[in-house]
Amino acid sequence: MMRLVATLLVLIGLSAGAGMAETIYPDIPKAVGAPHPEGNAYMRINHMRLMRHDRDLTMREGDRSIKYSIKECVACHAVMGPDALPISVKEEGHFCRACHEYAAVKIDCFQCHNSKPEEGFVDLLKQMPPATDDEIQAYLDGMSQ
Amino acid sequence: MKLPALNNKSERPAELNRREFFKSGAAVASVTLAPGVTLMAFGGEASANADPGKRWGMLIDVNKCSTDCNACVKACSDENGWKLDGHPETDAQWIRKVDLKHKTTGREASLPMMCQHCETPPCVDVCPTGASFKRVDGIVLVDKHICIGCRYCMMACPFKARSFVHEEIEDQKSNAPRGKGTVESCTLCVHRVDAGGIPACVESCSATGHGAMMFGDLNDPNSEIAQALKNYPSMGLRDDLRVNPGVRYTNL
Ligand code: SF4
Ligand code: SF4
Repeated sequence: MMRLVATLLVLIGLSAGAGMAETIYPDIPKAVGAPHPEGNAYMRINHMRLMRHDRDLTMREGDRSIKYSIKECVACHAVMGPDALPISVKEEGHFCRACHEYAAVKIDCFQCHNSKPEEGFVDLLKQMPPATDDEIQAYLDGMSQ
Repeated sequence: MKLPALNNKSERPAELNRREFFKSGAAVASVTLAPGVTLMAFGGEASANADPGKRWGMLIDVNKCSTDCNACVKACSDENGWKLDGHPETDAQWIRKVDLKHKTTGREASLPMMCQHCETPPCVDVCPTGASFKRVDGIVLVDKHICIGCRYCMMACPFKARSFVHEEIEDQKSNAPRGKGTVESCTLCVHRVDAGGIPACVESCSATGHGAMMFGDLNDPNSEIAQALKNYPSMGLRDDLRVNPGVRYTNL
């Protein structure tokens, strides 16, 4: 607990210093597809719960219409390297790494799952038209029920 | 239609109920929000869940299988991203060719061996974590998220169908996640089956013209495989163990 308080104090102290704030927060790469209708704040806190729930549905019950699959995460959030190919989690700048390194939380997913999308997947996502404001609003309204 | 544990709402954390809402009420929104996502990821149509009325299985005609053909093994390795690495003791073996010779008659035969997707799978019986499991449609899988790599299932399997991943793996196929410290075996290409397809080995076997492998629903009396099983003699390997394999062999 004391450590947490101390860290917070340090964070506050640092962000108060002009120009420092940019350097201590992770640089989160932009995704290519439509934004999460739940909002980024929700996803930041809950992405692992959503993925864990949906993985059990897919694997155990064969439900392939699920919404949160690691396959789509890594495609939509792919970061391209200098060779214009998606980089793996071993390389700095990978989407998942950006926050996980900052939060010091180890990712186990990529021991088994590929951290790069399969060929062609990212291009397909790019062709996807982004959601309109109305659509996002409708989704959020529905969720609050 | 679903496994009881996941159906039991009272046992679910709150987010999961919320998630269920996504599936029903917000289905329209998710379609309009991300048109094409489902299309791309799931091959055109969202497939139904594993169907408890079905039992997926295979019939292998040993007469049609040829000793010098390895197409099924190659297809499986391409599809699922495993490869033989010159360490026969420990290499992954989702499917392998077995050559047999009858001791008295000298008759030779060759056949593909893989997980037999037993109806009463010993691997599931012995698994201490629940990682080995059988889907309601008869496909036996390993849940690598909870597999602890104890390898009891490898000892229990009468068919040596399972292998253990000894080394770190990179660049897996996204349809076949696999990693160090877990056990794996033939998945009957469950990702293809759920999308309405057939296993890669069966597809490649018919592409070679041998046509020694047949895939289908054993429970559907009108399916090609059920008809063939009804009309011709066939056997499950080690029938004495009464595990009732979903993979059966004929002309063995
Ligand atoms: S063949 Fe082996 S791995 Fe496959 S279901 Fe039977 S016991 Fe389990
Ligand atoms: S190795 Fe994994 S799947 Fe096999 S018995 Fe142990 S925990 Fe179960």
